[in-house]
Amino acid sequence: MNLAVNPLSLTFAISLVFVALIISFHEKIGLEKDLVFSVIRAVIQLIVVGYLLKFIFHIDHVWLTLIMMLIIIGNAALNARKRAAGLRNAGYISLMAIMTSTGVTLGLLVLSGAIKFMPAQIIPITGMIASNSMVAIGLSYRSMLTSFKDQRQAVLERLALGATLKQASIAIVRNSIKTGMAPTIDSAKTVGLVSLPGMMSGLIFAGIDPVKAIMYQILVTFMLLSATSLGSVIACYLAYHSFYNQQQQLIDMTTNKKD
Amino acid sequence: MGQLCIKDVSYNVDQQPILKSLDLTVASGEYVTLTGPSGSGKSTLLKLIASLLTPTSGTIQVDNRQIETIAPSEYRKRVSYCFQQPTLFGETVADNLNFPFEIRQLPVDHDLILERLQQVGLTALYLTKQVTALSGGEKQRVALIRNLLFKPEVLLLDEVTTGLDAANKAIVDQLITDYNEIEGVTVISVTHDQQELQRKGRQLTMVAGQWATTHESSR
Repeated sequence: MNLAVNPLSLTFAISLVFVALIISFHEKIGLEKDLVFSVIRAVIQLIVVGYLLKFIFHIDHVWLTLIMMLIIIGNAALNARKRAAGLRNAGYISLMAIMTSTGVTLGLLVLSGAIKFMPAQIIPITGMIASNSMVAIGLSYRSMLTSFKDQRQAVLERLALGATLKQASIAIVRNSIKTGMAPTIDSAKTVGLVSLPGMMSGLIFAGIDPVKAIMYQILVTFMLLSATSLGSVIACYLAYHSFYNQQQQLIDMTTNKKD
Repeated sequence: MGQLCIKDVSYNVDQQPILKSLDLTVASGEYVTLTGPSGSGKSTLLKLIASLLTPTSGTIQVDNRQIETIAPSEYRKRVSYCFQQPTLFGETVADNLNFPFEIRQLPVDHDLILERLQQVGLTALYLTKQVTALSGGEKQRVALIRNLLFKPEVLLLDEVTTGLDAANKAIVDQLITDYNEIEGVTVISVTHDQQELQRKGRQLTMVAGQWATTHESSR
């Protein structure tokens, strides 16, 4: 292991935060309070998580691992819901999408033997999958909300012609899935060329042979493609119903009234 | 087929009444024109009949059946609403005219589409045209035949000839008249066109969400 970070080096690294603070102050950006708050919050969160993970890895119990996974998935769903801006059932839809995408992807990884069902592997991978799924779902929601607003008249025309909700919404649903998946596909195209991603960098940092490290990164690329596509598809196909009322009429999202 | 019965229908938005206890019975195959000042509730009434809005109170029946008991997508195929300023979706005219076939999961009948295009003075060349390249009048005509590729029982027209020049207005008018007189389609048309008002069957005037006058004119 060639990891040299320690509390003393971290203390010196705080000077990096001062660089950001000085820029904010000098350029009158007004972010000093936010910066300080976010740094304190990040440090506290990471210290708690560090000790919590150490405890869970030490106990190495299936139920504890599952509970930790559920906490990660639940938090991701809560965050994704915020992007849905009041969409009906957004919390339930986000939870279903993130839980299914994470569960299926993790299940395939474990079954294929790529990772082992042990907390030190399952928990970090759950975090990676759930957070990427969360971002993809958030983007899909935003795209759906904008499209249903901008294309309101076109959706109404389709409904008036006798389209089912799916037929009236499918163009928007497909486009929103595409929007949710786009960043993952783009980063898959440039992986290793533009950035050395987290998993690979971490392993190289820890002294692992880069050729071994890229194998893990390939694995991560595959699993993120799976997770974001599953997450976006499930969220979009569940969410389009929320734009309509029981009489299959388009809800006015700006006022939450019927037309 | 195509008989409508509206009983004591009211519609409010934010507790503000838009329509007030309206009654209306339209016989199968009848042609009814609705007129009245802007904001009097004519379009809202058509949207209620089209099941694009739900009345705050009252009932709407088609062929003695409450419309809530019919699947909305099936009902809207029978009772077809044409918007005042229609939007063409997709990219080309063909995307719009194929859509009624797609939603019925039927193969596209190109001959029928060409026939309808010709009936409103358009040609096959229009099929590949981008919807953004069409004039207002062309859009209006494409939108109208989009509603008429499959014969509805009731046709709800929301000022569909507004913006058309005299020649195209006459073409569209004739097409609708044929559907009404030959095919027996019930028509309810919101219009300010004096010629249409004078020529067609029953004329109703709406003011502030209520009927102002009702009179029958000979057809």
